[in-house]
Amino acid sequence: MKISKLLIVVAAAMPVAAAAGDITGAGATFPYPIYSKWADAYKTKTGVGMNYQSIGSGGGIKQIQSKTVDFGASDMPLKPEELDKSGLMQFPAIIGGIVPVVNLDGVAPGALKFTGSVLADIYLGKIKSWDDKAIIALNPGLRLAAEPITVVRRSDGSGTTFNFTDYLTKVSPEWKDKVGSSTAVAWPEGVGGKGNEGVSSYVQRIKGSIGYVEYAYAKKNNMTYALVQNKDGQYPKPDNDTFQAAAAYADWKNAPGYYQIITNSPGKDSWPIAATSFILMHKTQDKPSNAQEVLKFFDWSFKNGQKMAEELDYVPLPSALIAQIEGSWKKEIKDGSGKPVWD
Amino acid sequence: MSTTASYNPILTSAERADLTLREPTPPTGWAASSRWQDALFEKTTRAFALLVLALLAAIIGSLVYGSIPALQAFGPKFFVTNVWNPVTHQFGALAPIYGTLVTSAIALAIGIPVSFGIAIFLTEMCPPVLKRPLGTAVELLAAIPSIIYGMWGLFVFAPFFADTIEPALAWTLGRLWLIGPLFQGAPNGIGMLAAGFILSIMVIPFIASVMRDVFDIVPPILKESAYGIGCTTWEVVWNVVLPYTKVGVIGGIMLGLGRALGETMAVTFVIGNAYKISPSLFEAGNSIASALANEFNEAADPVHLSSLITLGLVLFVLTFIVLACSRLLLARLARREGRQT
Repeated sequence: MKISKLLIVVAAAMPVAAAAGDITGAGATFPYPIYSKWADAYKTKTGVGMNYQSIGSGGGIKQIQSKTVDFGASDMPLKPEELDKSGLMQFPAIIGGIVPVVNLDGVAPGALKFTGSVLADIYLGKIKSWDDKAIIALNPGLRLAAEPITVVRRSDGSGTTFNFTDYLTKVSPEWKDKVGSSTAVAWPEGVGGKGNEGVSSYVQRIKGSIGYVEYAYAKKNNMTYALVQNKDGQYPKPDNDTFQAAAAYADWKNAPGYYQIITNSPGKDSWPIAATSFILMHKTQDKPSNAQEVLKFFDWSFKNGQKMAEELDYVPLPSALIAQIEGSWKKEIKDGSGKPVWD
Repeated sequence: MSTTASYNPILTSAERADLTLREPTPPTGWAASSRWQDALFEKTTRAFALLVLALLAAIIGSLVYGSIPALQAFGPKFFVTNVWNPVTHQFGALAPIYGTLVTSAIALAIGIPVSFGIAIFLTEMCPPVLKRPLGTAVELLAAIPSIIYGMWGLFVFAPFFADTIEPALAWTLGRLWLIGPLFQGAPNGIGMLAAGFILSIMVIPFIASVMRDVFDIVPPILKESAYGIGCTTWEVVWNVVLPYTKVGVIGGIMLGLGRALGETMAVTFVIGNAYKISPSLFEAGNSIASALANEFNEAADPVHLSSLITLGLVLFVLTFIVLACSRLLLARLARREGRQT
């Protein structure tokens, strides 16, 4: 009896011992689907698990600053001064797109068109009804009823919000003045849903509503997404090619800390509200073995996880950028004695 | 003691010496260890009770300490301005405070009459075969986790509310003179009224079970006497049962109010999370608990974080005021009782 109890205790302790090599990360909800898919595949291949908590970009930044996780994930890149203040380095990991979604009868996905300034006016509360002149002018072929517009946005702090409001700031001087861009802003209008999931469910429930979600959510829930005019005046469809076209214009080589926001990119095929998600790590590592595991995970995911990313409608990084990122790892991430962790 | 033929109550000096107080002999053996155990028990339970006080003091202390940056930045007008701008770092708590008070008021306005009805039915008029299943069902409602209420509210109740109840209210009460503006506006199914309804469903089991328990302990002789002189059921309930049980009833209502004030997840799903105060109950609003749930995780800016902690302090003070009011109310009712008899 006693020996079997002892064996049970020992068996229960075994997985805990094996989990000691796992790496932990926390942050943005935007890339959570692809990070968890990569982690799954990586664990099957190497046995090292990656535990990611999607608590939002702000939470990810807070956690890595207090060193409670091995890496943080944020859709909002930190400026070089902020990086230096906390001793962090950041690099991009995945690219995706944000689409506006609507709930209107008789409107098919990709049929409704917005310009940036009309979208900003809707979110500012200046355009209150679907049969407003500005919307009808852009959509002459659609029959839009005189329904009031219900604006749906995020109630929690989010990198998706950061990229969306950054786009609105670039296309609407009034938005820039009144609201600005951040992970959480003082929305002039609208109801707030918690997470991309909250916004999707509100838009699906409320007739005549408009919201913004990451493209994978819109695709998975078969939501009616709308087209947005890009900087060159075209109306590209949101998919991998247009997100990649937007990312191609980012000047990664000359951006310290990879600080690039790819909204409102030039190019006739660029999706205007594309977003990059970043990883934050400390420059001086207290636990160099953990750091090495993290870098090995991302190296493997960059090189082998492209198909998985495309299946989930994310855009994997181009190989030139991967090479540049790995060069930065070697240069910037060092252990206590100054020796680079990656080589 | 000397035995004498006649009983003399006056003691002799020898007998008096026998009776002087002296220290009891200390117990030995089994009795000795039980005395030591008694002392240990008393000290341990006293430590637990003091621990509760210490925890309360620690919570208040950390809330006050965390609120200092926000109060220094904004001053007392933090509590009466309606602004929440993380970009320009301007914060004012009026909208969440208003939302908390309004949703709790709606919850009680609906919950108290319904709970009262449930309790009276279960104690006075229920056929015995239904009593136990109904009573258990009411208590089961209390056991449902609040996030389930939130999800049910968002996926089941909100569409029903938007399609049926809100248009009906707008068409009937929305046309009345004074309270009309409360029930006008776009019927989304998400807003203060929806949150108030769901909160009322959550507080009904608490208030109803407490009411039912206190109604049960009314001495039957009081009720039988009233029935005997020809009182209707309503007259018995209003004039005999309620005055007898008012302490318990008020306690139950305060319990429900406490739950309504602090409820987080159920409210977050359906209140709409908008920092605005509008005359219509159909509009979205915000409550203190749901603001905290949404933003605390992400607030990196010290003034933002401190404003959220100040909101928590406000909620704590609100709950304290509710408790104090209930005590005052009970004391006043007790005083009036003495005057009547």
